[in-house]
Amino acid sequence: MEKNQQSKIVWHLLTLVGEDRPGIVAGVTTLLYKGGCNLGETSMLRLGGLFTIMMMVSGAESDKALQTVISPAVKKFKLRAHVDKAGARLHAHKIPNVQITIYGADRAGIVADTVATLSDSGLDILDLNSDVAGSAEKPVYVLMIDGDATQGLERLEASLASLENKGFEISLTPLETMVG
Amino acid sequence: MTVLDILTYPDERLKQVSLPVVSFDKKLKDFISALEQTMDAGPGGVGIAAPQVNKLLKIIIVDVSPMANTAKKRKRRFKSSNHGRLILINPEIVSVSGAEVAREGCSSVPDYTANVERPKLITVRAMTAHQEVKNIECEGFEARAVLHEIDHLDGKLFLDRIISTRELFRRKVYS
Repeated sequence: MEKNQQSKIVWHLLTLVGEDRPGIVAGVTTLLYKGGCNLGETSMLRLGGLFTIMMMVSGAESDKALQTVISPAVKKFKLRAHVDKAGARLHAHKIPNVQITIYGADRAGIVADTVATLSDSGLDILDLNSDVAGSAEKPVYVLMIDGDATQGLERLEASLASLENKGFEISLTPLETMVG
Repeated sequence: MTVLDILTYPDERLKQVSLPVVSFDKKLKDFISALEQTMDAGPGGVGIAAPQVNKLLKIIIVDVSPMANTAKKRKRRFKSSNHGRLILINPEIVSVSGAEVAREGCSSVPDYTANVERPKLITVRAMTAHQEVKNIECEGFEARAVLHEIDHLDGKLFLDRIISTRELFRRKVYS
């Protein structure tokens, strides 16, 4: 499909959350296909034992029409569904040029402390994953961020110094992309 | 200046296996020159393979100098060997060692980049345009670029070798 055709496509962002069980993705995507919808980018995650998925869906006439198309799966799998028509578009990815890993004894405020400092130094977060490792008595928080250092890596590195005495480890790795 | 059209996936021709070069004649020299110019005309590309321009011959060109220059400008260590412009005919991987993950893109797969695991150090044996056989040791991004381009000769794309970033994350944390 040509890019100018793609730009005319109206995408809805469909978010589904529910208890994880086999068959949800197959059930939902089959209904979307039979309902005349197409998929763009999707991201499925299991968070805390819950099933979560966000899907770019085109071909639905309205938010309500999309809700109707997926309603059998929503009922069957007891999902919560949310639909946005938020002007999503394909090929809108920035390529990350830095990866930041943060870990330390879990305590409230790790993410807020670090991300606010990094953001002030020009970090545009493109991808973020976190988990709680360690034991229940001694939990360890691990955070990994892919981002774009919009004001240069040196500025970000300098900002790390101010985070050094906060009780967690933080490392920055420049990311290069090889285009062959 | 000759800039050849680059095939983009899902063009089936990208999935075909290329044939060894047997004639080292003027036609080959002219084609290599056009392939070089095509690579240089692309934005940010550090490699190209003949099948990407619809020539099913085992020829690749790799030159990671643009990445090395960027690293130098940013005062970053460039984690790679750099032999300058490598024109490799009938290349074969002789040995590999180590492994590392880095992000790759491809001019035949526009608008997409992903993490790919590749060997860190390789030895590639290939013929030059003057029919000399050479063994070249490549490391880091140069090794990655050579392997990426040799994959094209085998009808493979980096899409065949993607590693999930989330998988990478979990492996880093727990293993």
